[in-house]
Amino acid sequence: MDSDLTWLGLGDSGYGDEIAFGMLVTATLALATLPVGLIMGFLLAIAKQSRESSLRLAANIYTTIFRSLPELVTMFLVYYGLQIGIWMILRWMGVASAVNINSFVAGLIALGLVFSAYASEILLSAFRAISNTQYEAGDSLGLRRGQTLLKIIAPQVFRIALPGLGNQWMELLKSTALVSVIGLPDILRQTGLAARITGDAFFFYAVACALYLLLTMASSIVIGRMERWLKRSQVV
Amino acid sequence: MGISATITSPRAPPPMTPRPWNGARILGAGLVILWALIAVALTVFLVHRWIPAYAAEYGPRYLSGVQTTLTLVVISVGSGALLSLPLALGRMSKRVVLRKLATLYLAFFRGTPLIAQLFLIYYGLGAFHKQLDEIGLWVFFRDAWNCALFAFTLNTAAYQAEILRGAIESVPLGQYQSAAALGLKKFQAFRKIVLPQALIVALRPYGNEIILMVKGSAIVAIVTILDLMGETRYAYSRSFEFQSYIWAALFYLVIVEGLRSLIVWIENRLTRHLKR
Repeated sequence: MDSDLTWLGLGDSGYGDEIAFGMLVTATLALATLPVGLIMGFLLAIAKQSRESSLRLAANIYTTIFRSLPELVTMFLVYYGLQIGIWMILRWMGVASAVNINSFVAGLIALGLVFSAYASEILLSAFRAISNTQYEAGDSLGLRRGQTLLKIIAPQVFRIALPGLGNQWMELLKSTALVSVIGLPDILRQTGLAARITGDAFFFYAVACALYLLLTMASSIVIGRMERWLKRSQVV
Repeated sequence: MGISATITSPRAPPPMTPRPWNGARILGAGLVILWALIAVALTVFLVHRWIPAYAAEYGPRYLSGVQTTLTLVVISVGSGALLSLPLALGRMSKRVVLRKLATLYLAFFRGTPLIAQLFLIYYGLGAFHKQLDEIGLWVFFRDAWNCALFAFTLNTAAYQAEILRGAIESVPLGQYQSAAALGLKKFQAFRKIVLPQALIVALRPYGNEIILMVKGSAIVAIVTILDLMGETRYAYSRSFEFQSYIWAALFYLVIVEGLRSLIVWIENRLTRHLKR
């Protein structure tokens, strides 16, 4: 066990700094995907309750597709599809050069698509839990539709949706591990490299699991605090 | 002719006011057209790129990949269900040690990515090659397929245990008391009164778990198993045809949507007695 611990050291002989960097990459990717997915999910949820049937249809197609596809397939479609797409556009414009999409960007787009699809369903059911009188109260106060949505409805929606969104955040955090397959130096890739070089795969993958556990546990504490904070008005 | 006709003579309904082309309608129509264009573009792409040799070589492989994926999911969800019962009971147990152990198991398997668990078992257990060989388990863990089955079973057992626990706890206390009043023994009451009611609550989450396993199973392609995703990666690496991934997406879409409607059908069928 002594040698295992030296492998976790910093500097040239240990992999501690590389793995710490991987953890940073994982956390950054998840944190960067969150706002993108939330905004997209919010817009989708609004579209799904529109009176316009075409808008509902378009939003439902989106959800059906990205909830049904495995994250890995979505990721490869985005990763290779974007590269081929940009290459074709460049060729059409007369520029002949191969493009390499950053794996971080591809991962962010793919995870954002999946997250927003799930988040929209969670937000939709939260929207449905809010009674019509809230909109009417907003109208009678002279607020415009956008103001009512932003200042009266959205805070309540987030309070109701938070447990579901929290679960989805955990899923997002775990899904980031898949982006290591297209070369993102996250926790799993960095520990995998260390495992291959040192040959002690069990130790390094156990470290990877422990780090993910750390992230998910820390998240659940933060989410629990947020839930309590958002419920502070409901004390009886 | 009733009296109403003499009081108010029948009139034609008021004319329909044409729906205005407001922002939402324009946006909705635009987005639907965009989806339609994407569908047309994909169809044109697939037809244009239709290579008989490609279809002949990889078509059967895709089908066998679908079979592998479904086999993996069926076996691991089934054995996970068996394992989830003791886990759920342990999680609800009054004995602290048992409860702590079950909680630890659940926290580990639900808090880490499935792909990391798979790597831990597939690559990691190689380090214990000698010890495993001594107890005769190395033959089992040498094979990527067995490792994947093992990892998936342990993982889905954790999720299923939580589903089961939630469902069992949703059965009201009165059910236990009336079972006791009828003179049923504890185990009888659990098997005949509590479990059937709990399983109806658990139906929807179970369905979601199966769908998550189908989607999650795509990662076994990375440890060399030729499931649907594995065959896709094989086809792409040999032909460099982007259509490989589009076909995979279509296959997954059909499988998952088919499963989803099957689950809805089963749920409607099993809850007939609860509908008015």
